[in-house]
Amino acid sequence: MLLIKNGRVLDPARQTDAALDLLLDGDKIAEIAPAGKISAPKNAELFDASGLIVAPGFIDLHAHLREPGQESSETIETGTRSAARGGFTAVCCMPNTRPVNDNASVTRFILDRAKSAAGVRVWPIGAASISSKGEAIAEIAAMKEAGIVAVSDDGKPIATAKLTRQVMDYCRSLDLPVIEHSEDVSLAAGAVMREGVTSTRLGLPGMPAAAESVCVARDVQLAELTGARLHVAHLSAKASLDQVRWAKSRGLRVTCEVTPHHFTLIDEDVQYDSRYKMNPPLASREDREALLAGLADGAVDVIATDHAPHEPALKDVEFDRAPFGILGFETALALSLEQLVHSGRLSLMRMVELFTTGPARVLGLDRKLAPGQPADLTIFSLTHPWTYNVNDSPSKSRNSPFDGRAFTGAPMATIVAGRIIYRRN
Amino acid sequence: MTPRFRDLLALEPLSAEELSFLLDQSKPFQVIQRHPLKKLATLRGKTVALAFFENSTRTRISFSAAASRLGADSMNLQAESSSVKKGESLLDTVHTLDAMKPDCLVMRHAASGAADFVARNLDIPVINAGDGTHEHPTQGLLDALTIRDRKGTIENLNVTILGDIQHSRVARSNIHLLAKFGCRITLCGPAMWVPKELEHIGPPGTSIRRASRIEDALDGADVIIVLRVQTERLHEPALPVDDYILLYQLHAARLRLAKKDAIVLHPGPMNRGVEISPEVADGPQSCVLEQVTNGIAVRMAILYQLIGAAAAEEGAQTAADSAHSSDEKAR
Repeated sequence: MLLIKNGRVLDPARQTDAALDLLLDGDKIAEIAPAGKISAPKNAELFDASGLIVAPGFIDLHAHLREPGQESSETIETGTRSAARGGFTAVCCMPNTRPVNDNASVTRFILDRAKSAAGVRVWPIGAASISSKGEAIAEIAAMKEAGIVAVSDDGKPIATAKLTRQVMDYCRSLDLPVIEHSEDVSLAAGAVMREGVTSTRLGLPGMPAAAESVCVARDVQLAELTGARLHVAHLSAKASLDQVRWAKSRGLRVTCEVTPHHFTLIDEDVQYDSRYKMNPPLASREDREALLAGLADGAVDVIATDHAPHEPALKDVEFDRAPFGILGFETALALSLEQLVHSGRLSLMRMVELFTTGPARVLGLDRKLAPGQPADLTIFSLTHPWTYNVNDSPSKSRNSPFDGRAFTGAPMATIVAGRIIYRRN
Repeated sequence: MTPRFRDLLALEPLSAEELSFLLDQSKPFQVIQRHPLKKLATLRGKTVALAFFENSTRTRISFSAAASRLGADSMNLQAESSSVKKGESLLDTVHTLDAMKPDCLVMRHAASGAADFVARNLDIPVINAGDGTHEHPTQGLLDALTIRDRKGTIENLNVTILGDIQHSRVARSNIHLLAKFGCRITLCGPAMWVPKELEHIGPPGTSIRRASRIEDALDGADVIIVLRVQTERLHEPALPVDDYILLYQLHAARLRLAKKDAIVLHPGPMNRGVEISPEVADGPQSCVLEQVTNGIAVRMAILYQLIGAAAAEEGAQTAADSAHSSDEKAR
């Protein structure tokens, strides 16, 4: 048993913000009561959460754990240790491994590895098409039985409108969300950053915002046609968010996520440093403002990291040869506090929602702090001063543009199934 | 104070004062190009590594001649015959070159920012001899030197650049240099090659505009820089060459729209009959061959600044150190 005392408990599901104690018994929440009212058994472990926020466990809807196939960049073990340090209790891993997670045996392999090597829950996302090639639908039902929580051809969009429509029809019948990496690959071909004054100055090939929004427009209309649940991954452009707003205004089951790097950085920050290279690329100043507005007003449903480790040998090359993607787990909460809460743009409750009930709803989960619910908690500080040193990370990769950044506020403990799997010293 | 340069990666970050300094430093080396004996001993014992990861004949020969005329040795990495073809990373290749202890690395590479990336990883000075579609700083300087010789100044001129601006490292270096001296720059070419963002790549207050008709672009021009229309590297998007000639070739009738004393530059190699007509290329307003000669002078000045000035300072430091130690002995 674990008694969490003296914390400020935030639960977006019930809009609770109060001084409460929680008693965890095994892997479930046993009791929640006003501070000092729980009489725990003598042998119960105590966690003093004085001055800290106690929230439902953070869920990352979008991460790359690289196993199987690219273990020199990350493994399920190293990736989930990094996730735990970031306060995440569950991580959805994208299927673009080698081999691609497009069949039940790869799904089971991932879950087996997670069982033995990870403290954090690992929820695999299956490929929408075989090898994510966009030609034929993958064995989605078999993967669902094995444990996938969604489908995606992430790294690229589902190749054609026709196949997207078929996948959406099929996934509606299976009650799975379709997560789309929205990109018109012809508009984005050869591009290494967002098109704009900065790409023009640097002489780097750029993709226009429309490379994303054209595909989002396609997908929201197919979501209307099919009635499927569509979740737009790592949305970066105002024009894309306008499409999502349109879909929501029509009552479609369309959601979207934004990454901390897209609401923190912009294309002007790119200086031939491959740690600033990701896909979708850092967007314009106006796009960033639109994302911040969407995070505040509810148009955006989720903050997801798109944690994308690449070992140094891969990233330490000419900008245009470097692979897309940056680390995300360990800086997500601190960047969110910095950009959203400390800046006064969002309430703390709203930010917590974007990490918890927001992603849970996309997956069709009902997450709240209540007796009988899974004992997954994220405990964090609003004030803890620290500096991110990427060399301290358990991740196998070092590709973060936030290395050396000073933050106020940090994950202090990560509790999964009643066990403290990470505690900050 | 005399400016000091660690590397020469781009002209964009340099101030007008620094650029003027480099142009002034080129003057004595221009004189040497006219001497019957062109070899100095200034950089004797120094080695310049030339690493051309992308094909280049004239720039490589120009740097090689510049090094040689300063008395320096050069070592050549030919990308075609090198480990680059065997899959070695750029960083490994330049670290290998560095281990051979050159005093300076001159590099050309197809990736924008490649010289910047290498400079961050090496201690020796790096000279960018062209990186992708970013900059070609020594070309920008030699063009400015040529303009200054012919027009007496590089200030407040009307400069028109014709061609594929978007994919031209030469154009970027020209724009960044000339804009700092108050030149009014007009960019002209097919719309896909002249995006609107180009109007904003200079610092605030600089005058960069686009013209879609060549007649408008040439009106009142003091200087016309004609860019090579690439035939070996595909422009994206490609344009039928007949359309290009019809709309954008600089020929005699069009040249008359510019000022009477306008000059014409071309970074070479020229496609005669495509972007420039033979009569203009060979005409009295053309500066094409002066540009080539000035290229060696500018590159000598740069090598001298990056290697020679550092060596001179080192020498002064050594002298100061030995003076200091003799002081100590005296005590």
